[in-house]
Amino acid sequence: MWRPCGVLDDTYEKDIAIIRTRPQWIITGLSLFSLIFLPMMVSGYVLTTINLTAVCIISALGLNVLTGLTGQISLGQGAFMGVGGYSMMVLMNHFGFSFWLALPFSVLNAGFLGLLFGLPSLRIKGFYLAMATLAAQFMIPWAIIYIRPDLTGGTSTVSIQAPSFFGISLTTQSHIYYVIMFFTVLIIFLVRNLARSKIGRAFVAIRDNDLAAEIMGVEIFSYKLLSFFICSLLAGLAGCLWVIWMGAINVDSFTLHESIWYLGMIIVGGLGSIPGTIFGVIFIRALELFAQFLGPLIASYFPDAIGASIKNGISPFIFGLVILLFLVYEPRGLAHRWEITKHFYRRWPFSF
Amino acid sequence: MSSANSTSIQVKNLSLSFGKVQALQDISFSIASNRILALIGPNGAGKTSMLNCISGFYHPQKGEILFNGQDISKLSPSKRAKLGISRTFQNIELYTGLTALDNLMAARHVYIKYGPLGGSFFFGRARQEEIKNRRVVEEIIDLLEMENIRYQVVESLAYGLRKRVDLGRALSLEPKLLLLDEPMAGMNVEEKEDMARFILDIQELKKIPIIIVEHDMGVIMDISQQVVVLDFGCKLADGTPAEVKNDEKVIQAYLGKETSSNQETDQS
Ligand SMILES: Nc1ncnc2c1ncn2[C@@H]1O[C@H](COP(=O)(O)OP(=O)(O)OP(=O)(O)O)[C@@H](O)[C@H]1O
Ligand SMILES: [Mg+2]
Repeated sequence: MWRPCGVLDDTYEKDIAIIRTRPQWIITGLSLFSLIFLPMMVSGYVLTTINLTAVCIISALGLNVLTGLTGQISLGQGAFMGVGGYSMMVLMNHFGFSFWLALPFSVLNAGFLGLLFGLPSLRIKGFYLAMATLAAQFMIPWAIIYIRPDLTGGTSTVSIQAPSFFGISLTTQSHIYYVIMFFTVLIIFLVRNLARSKIGRAFVAIRDNDLAAEIMGVEIFSYKLLSFFICSLLAGLAGCLWVIWMGAINVDSFTLHESIWYLGMIIVGGLGSIPGTIFGVIFIRALELFAQFLGPLIASYFPDAIGASIKNGISPFIFGLVILLFLVYEPRGLAHRWEITKHFYRRWPFSF
Repeated sequence: MSSANSTSIQVKNLSLSFGKVQALQDISFSIASNRILALIGPNGAGKTSMLNCISGFYHPQKGEILFNGQDISKLSPSKRAKLGISRTFQNIELYTGLTALDNLMAARHVYIKYGPLGGSFFFGRARQEEIKNRRVVEEIIDLLEMENIRYQVVESLAYGLRKRVDLGRALSLEPKLLLLDEPMAGMNVEEKEDMARFILDIQELKKIPIIIVEHDMGVIMDISQQVVVLDFGCKLADGTPAEVKNDEKVIQAYLGKETSSNQETDQS
């Protein structure tokens, strides 16, 4: 761990602080403040993208707690977002709940379901556990489509009413922006703290050496379940925000494809790193936009039939390639690059 | 970090087997408080298995382990940690992705009192608990002279330093019984001397019983007050270092086989 140069901690209070110097406080304050004015400065398209990215950050943070910190691979993050989203939709459309009242129930619902699918982690690890979470990824969409299509709408898209906040109906993307950004900043704050707390250390202890962790007094099974709970709780929250972002819900938004993209985001960002998660999500989302732009461009040089398949295939192709390159050349992800850059500037002009 | 109370540990008729391999056969011994007991024997004698039984990692088929009179042989490892049984490992089982400091802090787990919500907000009590426990850990860092490696990730530390972090982590649990599995294996003379000094410091400071597995006879004669000799899972001898050194059966066991430890017996 590198610290700002010349800053020496004389008390443990200062030593455990995340934000240590006055410039850091100022930068943090200004960034948070500028978030308030962002919707007024960007176009609608950009804002829609920012909103989606912020929702993804919440879900990816959840997955990073489970996979990055605790070392349990999950292939079901998309499905748990679906649980949050569908709980929200059903409570609002069929039980007359308001968005704000439905929110805690939907989030907890996803959390407890995730905990249930975390139970196999008592017995199995690694690849086999990944398979068990894959089961969740197949069972949950199946349940959404077939069990009560009268409530969930089956495979069709169901729209929901825009939430209201003290009488104001939050209909536009810039309204929704404030709701989403509030939760995103809050969750980043909470997860960052959790990671450096007793709980975070216990998670990493389980990841790095579960036998030693148990001998050192960590109740492994409870902590694994807690990690599953937090992971799917955040997936559920992201799902709820996704629904109000879309104004509608469709089961196709919560596929295995999504779950794998979340794993990709945290790998690119850096497993176990909170800033890394944010970079990873932004990076992959930007890459997706780039692919959308690049696809038609390349396709125009080819005959129609081939061009169409290139247009469809370019995004997963680039995604796969990037993950591969990161795994080979920078397995610690963007977070590691970030540390190196920070270190460089802190010691400037004495870098190298 | 004061725990000047007396602890007793008593192993009674312990037997452990893995299929046909008898790792331990009807072993009994006991230590009074404030003693260093050395557990010795040739490779594969069952020393690590014995420690694993005490810390709850292996489950013996027969026998009891009495810790302050209470039979702990059915408790889970984490429950035993809460009772104050702590250990180091022959193959250093640290949390490689954490810093040395966080490895020690992780061992404060059972003493830090706040839940997931408290940890997420990190205000008030959670912060105070962190600082309070950090003070305890810093004392151990002082004792083991680890100030320079505090913020280094364990992965990047040299072997000898990792052994020290392993000891530091065991101490952070505020043990009432400390088990050390070959704390000096693979070290050079200087590092061994440091480690022996640390162990004596710990005993003097904390007044707890320590069980140490070690192949270096010189060290054992110097620091231990009681020696238990194992061979092929059986107890050969139990007594003071001087008694054991002159025991017929022990000399036979060590000289009769070509083991790595036979020169060391003669040396002392
Ligand atoms: N988990 C296990 N499964 C099967 N056999 C085991 C297991 N652990 C230990 N044994 C066997 O039990 C016997 C005692 O092993 P143990 O590791 O306790 O020896 P040791 O005295 O610590 O030896 P060393 O000096 O090499 O560390 C050996 O024959 C070993 O093969
Ligand atoms: Mg051994």
